[in-house]
Amino acid sequence: MATPYAKLPAWADYGLIPLINLFVAFAVAGLVVLLVGESPVQAATLLIKGAFGSGAGIGYTLYYATSFIFTGLAVAVAFHCGLFNIGGEGQAYVGGLGVAIVCLSFDSVFPWWVNFPLAILGSAAIGAFWAMIPAILQAKRGSHIVITTIMFNFIAASLMVYLLVGPLKPMNSMAPQTRTFAQDAWLPKLDWLLEMFGATIRSTPLNLSFVLALVMAVVVWVLIWRTKLGYEIRTYGFSPKAAKYAGIGEARIIVITMMISGALAGMMALNPVMGDQHRLQLDFVTGAGFVGIAVALMGRSHPAGIVPAAILFGMLYQGGAEISFVMPNISRDMIVIIQGLVILFAGALEHMFRPSLQAALASLAPKSMGMNAAKREGA
Amino acid sequence: MAPAAIELKGINKSFGAVHANRDIHIEIPKGTIHGIIGENGAGKSTLMSILYGFYQADSGEIFVDSKKTEIKTPNDAIAAGIGMVHQHFMLVENFTVLENIILGAEGSQLLNAGIARARAELHRLEKDYGLEVDPDAVIEELAVGLQQRVEILKALYRGAEILILDEPTGVLTPAEADHLFRILRMLKDEGKTVVLITHKLREIMAVTDNVSVMRQGTIVATRKTAETTVEELAELMVGRRVLLHVEKGEPKPAEVKLSVKNLTVKDSRGVTMVSDVSFDVRAGEIVGIAGVAGNGQSELLETIAGIRKAISGSVLLDGRPIDVTGAADPGELRDRGLAHVPEDRHHVGLVLPFEENENAMLGYHDDAKFLNGPFLNIEAIRADAREKIQKYDIRPADCRLKTANFSGGNQQKIVLAREMEHDPGVLIVGQPTRGVDVGAIEFIHKQLIAMRDGGKAVLLVSVELDEIRSLSDRILVMFDGRVVGERGPDATEGELGLLMAGVEAREAAE
Repeated sequence: MATPYAKLPAWADYGLIPLINLFVAFAVAGLVVLLVGESPVQAATLLIKGAFGSGAGIGYTLYYATSFIFTGLAVAVAFHCGLFNIGGEGQAYVGGLGVAIVCLSFDSVFPWWVNFPLAILGSAAIGAFWAMIPAILQAKRGSHIVITTIMFNFIAASLMVYLLVGPLKPMNSMAPQTRTFAQDAWLPKLDWLLEMFGATIRSTPLNLSFVLALVMAVVVWVLIWRTKLGYEIRTYGFSPKAAKYAGIGEARIIVITMMISGALAGMMALNPVMGDQHRLQLDFVTGAGFVGIAVALMGRSHPAGIVPAAILFGMLYQGGAEISFVMPNISRDMIVIIQGLVILFAGALEHMFRPSLQAALASLAPKSMGMNAAKREGA
Repeated sequence: MAPAAIELKGINKSFGAVHANRDIHIEIPKGTIHGIIGENGAGKSTLMSILYGFYQADSGEIFVDSKKTEIKTPNDAIAAGIGMVHQHFMLVENFTVLENIILGAEGSQLLNAGIARARAELHRLEKDYGLEVDPDAVIEELAVGLQQRVEILKALYRGAEILILDEPTGVLTPAEADHLFRILRMLKDEGKTVVLITHKLREIMAVTDNVSVMRQGTIVATRKTAETTVEELAELMVGRRVLLHVEKGEPKPAEVKLSVKNLTVKDSRGVTMVSDVSFDVRAGEIVGIAGVAGNGQSELLETIAGIRKAISGSVLLDGRPIDVTGAADPGELRDRGLAHVPEDRHHVGLVLPFEENENAMLGYHDDAKFLNGPFLNIEAIRADAREKIQKYDIRPADCRLKTANFSGGNQQKIVLAREMEHDPGVLIVGQPTRGVDVGAIEFIHKQLIAMRDGGKAVLLVSVELDEIRSLSDRILVMFDGRVVGERGPDATEGELGLLMAGVEAREAAE
């Protein structure tokens, strides 16, 4: 049975609906703020100001966004193949291992511009490996990838704890982390970029991996829409039967796609590990892998949507920290609630406003609607 | 004329900009069988969905037994005495007949009383209408024709006075269809009103009293069946004269292109679907495989195309084996000149959310002309798609349009264009005209004949017996996974019908 609603024009599909969803999410979040006895307007002002009001704010917002772009792209690539990669968190976590191995080995051998590509390769390779195992289990044994990738998050967490309290920890140190890398394994900051826009700032964690994230967004776009591999990924994602008919090997496409997805998630580790903390710590991913799912959903799995969605979530992270600082009633947990609402409306309830919007648009501008509904409806 | 059982006045229904039903007026007299015929997309199903409460009309009125009736849900329709037998049965497969019949009409929280009542009522209905079926049989063990009977009983059990049947014969053998028509006539004699939706002209002529023809959302004519002809109805449906018979010359069969030997295929549950099938297809001939849907034709086709694995047997393409029991790869078979138009174009032959040009290269996307190294050559892909659109008259002529937005006939042309344009030596085709409008059927048939005349080997699987008979040079009939007979193109429908029903096979076994 065909859906009784005609198709929306692209501008409404990609622009208006996410905006409406976002607006409603903030409205509901405002109610929550009201309930704890604070002013929603003031909270919203703080959020925006905290995120974009100062050079430092922008720096932090983009720093968080960098991580979310990587994990969002990772989830999106898998989505295009019809796979739900919930393992971004774990893949990013072990990706940090790749960064650390390169940095600890070569930080006093090579300059940063040699270490950077090596670290990219290291993080991507280990992230890809971590995604490859669930992919093979799915392709060959039919183990559902949602379950296996979730479980691999736990395995990743345990593995990293073991490594960070054991082999990777310097002698005589009490902290579960590696030694601090030498300066030649630090990514350059992008403070100058912000200064160019006239912001006078103290140092922010924003670093070169932000540029890499933007480059990867373009690479993912090219991969999905302009290469043969991307064509095969999309074919399989829309219709595994059609992919089989077209001679696209199921196991091959699942494994390759998941490895690309894992590699992107793994690269996320570059941002905090090489760009900011300059050492491998416990829990440096801090949920970015999961936020990536929301970012991919909100960005409609398109890089052009993922980048703004990632910046939005970066803003929630940074602005949220600002709110909890100024408004004692609003704790970090409240920020998580607001993020949850955004995810709920942008992701899970994505289709809530679609029918009414379609009806409204149909009455306004019938010409812009798809012409297929009744055809498929026919006898 | 008897009073109207149903009268529709000025029904309008739009989906977005598409006017699916436009100012429909129709009057169906009580105690008659009324046919509604039209091409796919003419709006038949939409109209019936409005009558059965799946959709609501944007405007217009429905009168049942001369009383204005609001039908907002299927429950309202049932209350008004309207019953529907869907094209795809709405039965719970692992329930018994009785359980299915009382589903939603249990009568109370405890089932026993309801079941007893239903059993008695079922008995009466069986006697009155000759609708015999074992009330304790489990649905999935029943033949399709019997399952359909359960659907009819379900409607009657709910007190239906008006019965709507949506494409009821698509899944039936000719003999089963005849039986269905006898039941419909019996229902009519008992004073029930039957509305029969179909695109098969023959059925309209065989069983209806009156017929309404729909085209592009409107009723273009209503005729007494006795006063019209197949040709007139076809012309009304399409809006122009249609060649119902395919013109073709004598076949010139040459060397064997495709040779199937002792092929046996099982499905994922281990049930044998194709059993020890052997045949050859020569260059320059069309071999048709007739059979009721579900007798192994689909599996046979998929196995030859490399999509499904065989248990045993072999297939030779141009004398070289296809590894059907192992790693046959559809991509490799394409390179060897085997083109495949699959039965299910929506899920297999096309990726509906893709743009047309993306589908125009599906399966041939390894072709160097579409690629620049690992990158797609977008310009070449679109140019190639535009060329095919022009050559096969695919409408609308827009290679950037989403494939789902093309009509069934044009979607099928997209598949055909793709598979034929690569000049294959062997073409295997499943249900080439299922869900395709009459105008496109004519075109597709001509293309298939042209392939044959061009010296290609064509293997055709279709459940439309007319199609098999008019296109094939040799006809193989499949029943229960076996080829039970081979006939020439002049075989009568009755003869093929018996083979399709497995009559001869059963007699031989006894």
